[in-house]
Amino acid sequence: MHRRVVITGMGAVTPIGNSIPEFYDALKDGKNGIGPITKFDSSEYKCRIAGEVKDFMPEERIEKKDIRRMDLFTQYALYAADMAIEDAGLKENGDIDKERVGVIVGSGIGGILTFERQTATLYEKGPRKVSPFFIPMYIADISPGRIAIVHGFKGPNYAVTSACSTSNHAIGDSFRQIQYGSADVMITGGSEATVSKMAVSGFMNMQALSTRNDEPEKASRPFDLDRDGFIMAEGGGILVLEELEHAKARGAHIYAEVGGLGNTGDAYHITAPAPGGEGAVRAINIALEDAGIKPDEVDYINAHGTSTQFNDKNETAAIKTVFGEHAYKLSVSSTKSMTGHLLGAAGAVEAIACIFAINEGLVPPTINYENPDPECDLDYTPNKAVAKEVNIAISNTFGFGGHNSVILFKKYYN
Amino acid sequence: MSDVEKIKQIISKELEIDEAEVVDSASLVDDLGADSLSVMELMIAFDDEFGVEVPEEDYDKLLTVGDIVNYITSNK
Repeated sequence: MHRRVVITGMGAVTPIGNSIPEFYDALKDGKNGIGPITKFDSSEYKCRIAGEVKDFMPEERIEKKDIRRMDLFTQYALYAADMAIEDAGLKENGDIDKERVGVIVGSGIGGILTFERQTATLYEKGPRKVSPFFIPMYIADISPGRIAIVHGFKGPNYAVTSACSTSNHAIGDSFRQIQYGSADVMITGGSEATVSKMAVSGFMNMQALSTRNDEPEKASRPFDLDRDGFIMAEGGGILVLEELEHAKARGAHIYAEVGGLGNTGDAYHITAPAPGGEGAVRAINIALEDAGIKPDEVDYINAHGTSTQFNDKNETAAIKTVFGEHAYKLSVSSTKSMTGHLLGAAGAVEAIACIFAINEGLVPPTINYENPDPECDLDYTPNKAVAKEVNIAISNTFGFGGHNSVILFKKYYN
Repeated sequence: MSDVEKIKQIISKELEIDEAEVVDSASLVDDLGADSLSVMELMIAFDDEFGVEVPEEDYDKLLTVGDIVNYITSNK
């Protein structure tokens, strides 16, 4: 019998709110976080919209002299981590064994803004002018490193990177670290800062992004017939995972329990999902089995739901394959309809949306759902949050490269 | 602004410290909190401003603000 793992802290920086209460309110209200790109002049771009973080003030939670030497993705990670650690009551806590607290925080892309700037310097001014901080700003694993430096956590420390499934792999690895006794507390999740010229150009030329530039608020429309691609978004999400007895002993507030994990690979194509969501089917089944949960016990699925033709069709097929008739009874939604796609941070932010559903008894909506697609015929919780008791929620994430990672969350019962 | 003032301003800006702390006797590492990476970054900033490329073998000689002021002003 493995050790039980619960969630005792949360932090988020998202296009629909830079704190958990703001994020919760936005999920309740079905708030849109998508707008015109303001971070660079996108007039020459076919895609000119994104889910940008608004009014971000890193100095509220990060040492001023460090901010300049961090890429924005690391600022989001540190900011959200500080929020989560404070929420868990672990900030400046002298009573815990810091060698038993680890950090696994990922990023799909890493410091691409830094890479762009320093590449320009290299070509304009030569190699001697490239910043000595270029590498430690660019590498994706600098976020867990810096979180540990700030808070003194000396347990397992690394990043994972698996594109849009990054956060779930980070949370899943952290779950296992605690289950198997390698740590008692894990700070985990992901962050991304890809509203950049290079990142938008790259995804745009893959035909992956929506070009609904005239109606940004309606552009992210997962499972809707008229969906035309995902919306690049940015931010970070961090969870504090903790061994149950450790959490109880210090009287921590327990939000929910991590029940199971399913990781698979498609072995099919670099960007397209396997037909019928074959890899997703296996990942969901493994997560259910890992948690000892029967398919008909699942109340809510926070879908990967990117708003691309391919994903939403294949994910729907995968859900139907796993759940059969129950697929039509459970609630599905894609909170990417509100946030856009936070890539490597998506899973962490969506884990928080699952915990919202479990704690608030409210399924967050899929906004912009107007025209049903015959190939997407489940209950996607259209446009308005729905009151419903949620005991079991699963969060799907699928990444370019054919990575599938599914996590099951349970309501906590003593 | 004199070269000396400019040098001190760059040190203050790059190391994110108050200009009042940037006195000739201050050690970059011990007093002003610099590390090997921020020292490198300073050298790039001096090159940009004054066109003085400090060879790596000379870094060890530049321990204080005064060392830097003397080196830059005499090699400019």
